[in-house]
Amino acid sequence: MRYEAPDSLEGAVALLAGATGEARVLAGGTDLLVQMRADILDPDLIVDIKKIPETRSITEEKGGWRIGAAVTGAELKEHPRLKKAWPGVIEAANLIGSTQVQGRATMGGNLCNGSPAADSVPALIAAGAVATLAGPNGKRDLPVEDVMLGPRKLALRKGEIVASFFLPPRSPRSSDAYLRFIPRTEMDIAVVGAGVSLTVDGAGVVTAARVSLGAVAARVLLVPEAAQAIIGSRLDKPAQDRLEAAAQAACRPIDDKRGTVEFRIQVAGVLARRAALIALDRARES
Amino acid sequence: MAKHHVEAIVNGDPVEFLCETEETLLDVLRDTLNLTGSKEGCASGDCGACSVMLDGRLVCSCLVLGAEVGGRKIDTIEGMATGETLHPLQQQFLEHAALQCGICTPGFLVAAKALLERNSNPTETEVRYWLAGNLCRCTGYDKIVTAVMDTAAAMRKG
Repeated sequence: MRYEAPDSLEGAVALLAGATGEARVLAGGTDLLVQMRADILDPDLIVDIKKIPETRSITEEKGGWRIGAAVTGAELKEHPRLKKAWPGVIEAANLIGSTQVQGRATMGGNLCNGSPAADSVPALIAAGAVATLAGPNGKRDLPVEDVMLGPRKLALRKGEIVASFFLPPRSPRSSDAYLRFIPRTEMDIAVVGAGVSLTVDGAGVVTAARVSLGAVAARVLLVPEAAQAIIGSRLDKPAQDRLEAAAQAACRPIDDKRGTVEFRIQVAGVLARRAALIALDRARES
Repeated sequence: MAKHHVEAIVNGDPVEFLCETEETLLDVLRDTLNLTGSKEGCASGDCGACSVMLDGRLVCSCLVLGAEVGGRKIDTIEGMATGETLHPLQQQFLEHAALQCGICTPGFLVAAKALLERNSNPTETEVRYWLAGNLCRCTGYDKIVTAVMDTAAAMRKG
């Protein structure tokens, strides 16, 4: 097994594009090393992207934020201004695993691991985050909701990696929130996750919203119907009910040891409602 | 393929070692450097028994490749006491009997030390959340949490 740690995106892309056997990108390693250990994966080449400056930095860009794909959850949490702008994204990334895992786990890895239950992904999708991919033909941008196609299936072409995420500029009175259900308080995988990002006007009316649900379908869902259900409202009880119903209608979950189909659908509605109310409170204070 | 030649700083001392790509930092510490204080519980990042500091950041050494740590600073349980003098956390763990079989103890100590370096006055809730990635199947955690809280209080007094 070959290990390479190039210091440029071009170097990483060249290694991956030229790989003849199975190649894997190493960011935080909290999924990759576990899968190697369990003999689920036995790559011929590991490309560690953490020596590439673009993947490791958090910078302001065009009024928004660019976050390197290999920035860890702990580093995100320690960035006060980013946390103020996107509290939902930061809280979602910091629900992944333990303190120890937070010291390593990254949003790029969380997305590219290809799990529909990935905690940071619904929050990124709700945020309208765009992934910047680097590949043999240069860079291209892809909305986060279009990166994952299904369990372990990504829209990345051979040689492509997720280099960074772009979080768009924030209007005044905007915020976001992410909630997940697990049977305990820490160290578990989402049974359901819900991310909501919204903007209100001076009168408290929702003028823009995005709602995303995790672990209720083969991929993380963007649910425009749920967003439409609250746009134009003050998120009063009827609007909350419409949001809950729209969220539930979008769910296509599986039955497994973590939860039944019925349970997941019900919880998706409840979490979408609660996340929207938290985002609303934060937006009023922002 | 040739082994990786890695130079790093472990507990303040420069070390060099050879490792295969598949070898984790935990494998290297235990099997190559003979630092067997860090334990392998789960090998999947769930139990925290292999906790070490990597460039000042708490991580599971089972989730780090040996090949990744070139030029980096690693601190393990072996570096916690000063000669024969135990770190206050180690002393409090003894006094509170905050261990039974001892397999999880090095990880708890390394993790608790990392917490107190960032937060000298944690609440019980903060201690419990910080240590959620350290599993103990013997003690029921209360004695561990009490030992950490008491150490924090004693260290604040100086």
